[in-house]
Amino acid sequence: MASILTNLFDGVAYGMLLFVLACGLAVTLGLMNFVNLAHGAFAMAGGYICAVLVNQSGWPFFAALPLAFVGSALIGIALERTLYRHLYSRSHLDQVLFSIGLVFMSVAAVDYIMGSSRVFIKLPAALEGQIDLFGVGIGRYRLMIVVICGLLTLALQLILAKTRFGSRLRAAVDDPRAAIGLGINVPQVFAFTFAFGCGLAGLGGALSAEILGLDPYFPLKFMIYFLIVVTVGGSSSITGPFLASLLLGIADVAGKYYVPKLGPFVIYTVMIVILLWRPNGLFGRTAAR
Amino acid sequence: MTALSDVSSHAMASARWRISEVAFWALALACAFLFQSRYLIMTDIVRLGLFALSLDLILGYAGIVSLGHAAFFGVGAYSAGLLALHGIINEPVIALVAAGLVAAVLGFLTSFLVIRGVDLTRLMVTLGIALLLEALAERFSDITGGTDGLQGIEMQPILGLFAFDMFGKTGFFYSLIVLFILFLLARRVVHSPFGLSLRSIKNNPLRAAAIGVPVNRRLIAVYTLAAFYAGIAGALFTQTTALASLDVFSFERSADLMLVLVIGGTGYLYGGLIGAVVFKMLQELFQSITPQYWLFWIGLVLVVIVMVGRARIHRWVLFVPNLVIRQFAGRKAAVAVPESDVS
Repeated sequence: MASILTNLFDGVAYGMLLFVLACGLAVTLGLMNFVNLAHGAFAMAGGYICAVLVNQSGWPFFAALPLAFVGSALIGIALERTLYRHLYSRSHLDQVLFSIGLVFMSVAAVDYIMGSSRVFIKLPAALEGQIDLFGVGIGRYRLMIVVICGLLTLALQLILAKTRFGSRLRAAVDDPRAAIGLGINVPQVFAFTFAFGCGLAGLGGALSAEILGLDPYFPLKFMIYFLIVVTVGGSSSITGPFLASLLLGIADVAGKYYVPKLGPFVIYTVMIVILLWRPNGLFGRTAAR
Repeated sequence: MTALSDVSSHAMASARWRISEVAFWALALACAFLFQSRYLIMTDIVRLGLFALSLDLILGYAGIVSLGHAAFFGVGAYSAGLLALHGIINEPVIALVAAGLVAAVLGFLTSFLVIRGVDLTRLMVTLGIALLLEALAERFSDITGGTDGLQGIEMQPILGLFAFDMFGKTGFFYSLIVLFILFLLARRVVHSPFGLSLRSIKNNPLRAAAIGVPVNRRLIAVYTLAAFYAGIAGALFTQTTALASLDVFSFERSADLMLVLVIGGTGYLYGGLIGAVVFKMLQELFQSITPQYWLFWIGLVLVVIVMVGRARIHRWVLFVPNLVIRQFAGRKAAVAVPESDVS
């Protein structure tokens, strides 16, 4: 019983991590209709920034996390302004090719700079080990992830629903032309959102180094997971991807624990079935754009 | 002239063999005799060209973006490998066709999944199928050999006459002949009314349906055909290299294939073949400069191609050949590829 609950908790932590990693993609892919396969590259950038700061410069882990966010966001905005911006109106094929190209470049570049072996981030002692909660063993690190990601999700939901920027973003997504007509600077809103999404991915990458493993092939290995979160979750709100990533996280952890032989088989099958049953995602809106 | 005869005369005119096409194949044959020491890489190019031709059928002609075309390549490769390993079909040509048919069956079954939904869903489903097959091949390692791949494949002589030699000469001519036959078939298909209807589907599925083209059935048919081609390419891979490992399913293979096709240009049959030649040369070049990090340069090529614009690059490349053709054959001569070719 206790092991089931521990696994469930691990799954939730894993799912929340996936959500933070992928929610930027939910915006670019789901809302801006841009197929960005290179999203994982920004996550990897955040992970490596954190790793370098903690391991080589001796920064405390919690001080390095915000910098992972900022660093990835800066890379994101630089690329958005120089490259991505020109591709919003191109065909999906062009976008796929472009972002695959970026992934390849990032993989080789990180391999060149940081080496191809897996990188570990030194954690503070307070985050190691487990705590015992009503007989259920809960990893401290995973507890921290759940707390951080939970707070982030709440904040995102509030920003989208309550703030002026959130309403601008929703307007720009629903109908860019009408939004421009109302005086909303749509390219700016998109650029800011893109950068924010990249920042979140970077933060997720820094947090995930311990759980998912951080090496130069990170963007390729987890690309399918991010895409699953977004396509299964749909793009109408932030809740869809959130629930989808929880589902994916729990299913993946449970699958690896209980039927290790089937491997990732379960997840891919579930994804294909869901996509056939609801092509716009479980929680997606009906109109395909 | 009625609209119908206009269409058919146009189709027949474009189906006529041109001098440049004959020259292309003559050049390919000449390479076989000129570079006798480089059969292995030329076989690689031929195989890749066939694989790219297969993707071109669905991407260039029917407009289906696939990120998991390696699925069929892999199935073909493993089928050919297993057939040879267990001695079920010893004759390579029959085994080749059988492997292609296995891939075609898979293509037919999965086509129902692919024709549903929009671009994004298709991307995900094709990618998912390839990953699924890779996971399956890893899981059933007692059949596939797992990460070690199929070991100890021994190929019998082709038609009982031509044994595979260690320099790859037989393998190369075998691959080239297979490519040429399949190319003729593909050429016949894309210039047929069936091929024309595919193009109309690519341009606008709604209008194609409105003029009476059975959109879904055509897409299923061409997807199955493309799977057959990819399966043959995979089987050639196994037969000429005598190995089949998990990486036949890998995402990089599908992604590289996209690059091949994009370099050569989508929507005309030579695109995949030219792309394969250029891609392999680029790969050789990058690998000789930076053996470990050539992936970076491949990625850069992709980004640059997209940023500059695929149609524009092809206009630049074809400017000189078209100029030459016009000089010789007058202003209204058929150019190698229409300059306005937008894909």
